[in-house]
Amino acid sequence: MDLGWLNVARANALVLFILFCVLVLTNISRARRGGNLFIRRIAGLNAIDEAVGRATELGKKVLYVPGIMSIDENQTIASLAVLGHVARMTARYNTELDVPNKDPLTFAAARETVREAYIQEGRPDLYNEGLVHYVTYDQFAFTASVSGQMVREKPAANFLIGCFYAESLLLAETGQSTGAIQIAGTAEVAQLPFFVCACDYTLIGEELYAAGAYLSRDPAQLGSIKGQDITKAVVGLYIVVATALLVVGSTLLKRILTIE
Amino acid sequence: MRFLKLQLPLLLTALAGLIPIVAFFASPNAVQVQWTKDRLEKYMIIIASFALMLGVINVVQSNVKKIERRQKGWHYGAFLLAGLISMAVVGILGAINVGPFQGIGFRPDGSRTPFQWGAEFVFNPLQATMFSLLAFFMASAAFRAFRARNVEATILLIAAGVVMLGRIPLGESILGGRPYLSHFTDWLMNWPNAAAQRGIIIGAALGAASLSLRVIVGIERSFLGIEKTD
Repeated sequence: MDLGWLNVARANALVLFILFCVLVLTNISRARRGGNLFIRRIAGLNAIDEAVGRATELGKKVLYVPGIMSIDENQTIASLAVLGHVARMTARYNTELDVPNKDPLTFAAARETVREAYIQEGRPDLYNEGLVHYVTYDQFAFTASVSGQMVREKPAANFLIGCFYAESLLLAETGQSTGAIQIAGTAEVAQLPFFVCACDYTLIGEELYAAGAYLSRDPAQLGSIKGQDITKAVVGLYIVVATALLVVGSTLLKRILTIE
Repeated sequence: MRFLKLQLPLLLTALAGLIPIVAFFASPNAVQVQWTKDRLEKYMIIIASFALMLGVINVVQSNVKKIERRQKGWHYGAFLLAGLISMAVVGILGAINVGPFQGIGFRPDGSRTPFQWGAEFVFNPLQATMFSLLAFFMASAAFRAFRARNVEATILLIAAGVVMLGRIPLGESILGGRPYLSHFTDWLMNWPNAAAQRGIIIGAALGAASLSLRVIVGIERSFLGIEKTD
């Protein structure tokens, strides 16, 4: 069905989208006004300080892989937020940082993120173009290069945060074999078990997306997490009620959320 | 300066984020909206190709520097540059049909061009070698994960054992041809496993939507190297 500019078949999705936006934006506004927001402890993000600290003590480098996808992937944007934090720490402690990239757009964005982090920490002298470098666009050639780097240079801390596919286990196991402390994070459900097996800490799904807000402690960003959590509770309740109704033979709630 | 470094990128990001959302809810007959969305996707490809050039320049610069300074592992850099230059040369000569380099695939007589030869007999086997390492890494990761250290690890060990046996003919033959293990495997995969996976997927989807909204309204600026809002 078509109603001028609006695709009426997706009107239900539009209503949900507006509802979600209202919830998130209301909580952002509340947070900006100084509302009290609690965000649970995320072990993987708290361990970043420990990992960089260990690299500093050992005088070894920190390796940060921001996934293999481009900047249009949300996981990559979330990863860049963590990279900014890690880069600020490496700048503060004068620890060597190495960021190999597979995607050229991610490479350009990661370079900008690291440069800004070094400037903000007041250490532009420590920044050089070699910190963030491009490797190749091929998935397994990239994996071979980064694995080789892990074995030869033995970084003290490996961060594998972003969107990963088949290379996740290759990188995580290689890093594990070198004895590095490893912090991973992805929202790719198929890759999560590999990271959980081979890494010390893993950011699972939504924890990765919340990382930027968690690390920055920016009230506006934390407010959006609160809005997201309220939506999650609503979705959970909807699933329970819809399932109960389906059991008694009513498909009303199921039909309401069916999107073309 | 602030406009160029902050406001303009945020404005462009908001526009680039809003256009696909509007296109999703717009009628397929709203041709202007769909045209804008298609154009945006094409621009993305063009920008990515420029960024790829930046990447190639960076690879050449960093490896040349490494070779000049005889840094640790410099010979890997030399090997990389040799591969990059040789494939680029045969690819470009093939693209403009110079001498024996006719095309980058197969010649009209069915023989391989040098570019195709390099891709088929050097590049593909190297790729396959890396991918096949996955099987060995899976075994080592499984060995470490499936140790009965506590209750949760023991449950994981038993579930993994059942699923592995349920997926292979040996599992069925152990029970005299009765498919109990494969049925139990299907139940494990379709119910407890699917429920846990969907929980993660729903949480991640809402997280991604929330992050997108933060980026569109300009609160999340980490991709510009800025941690906090003003």
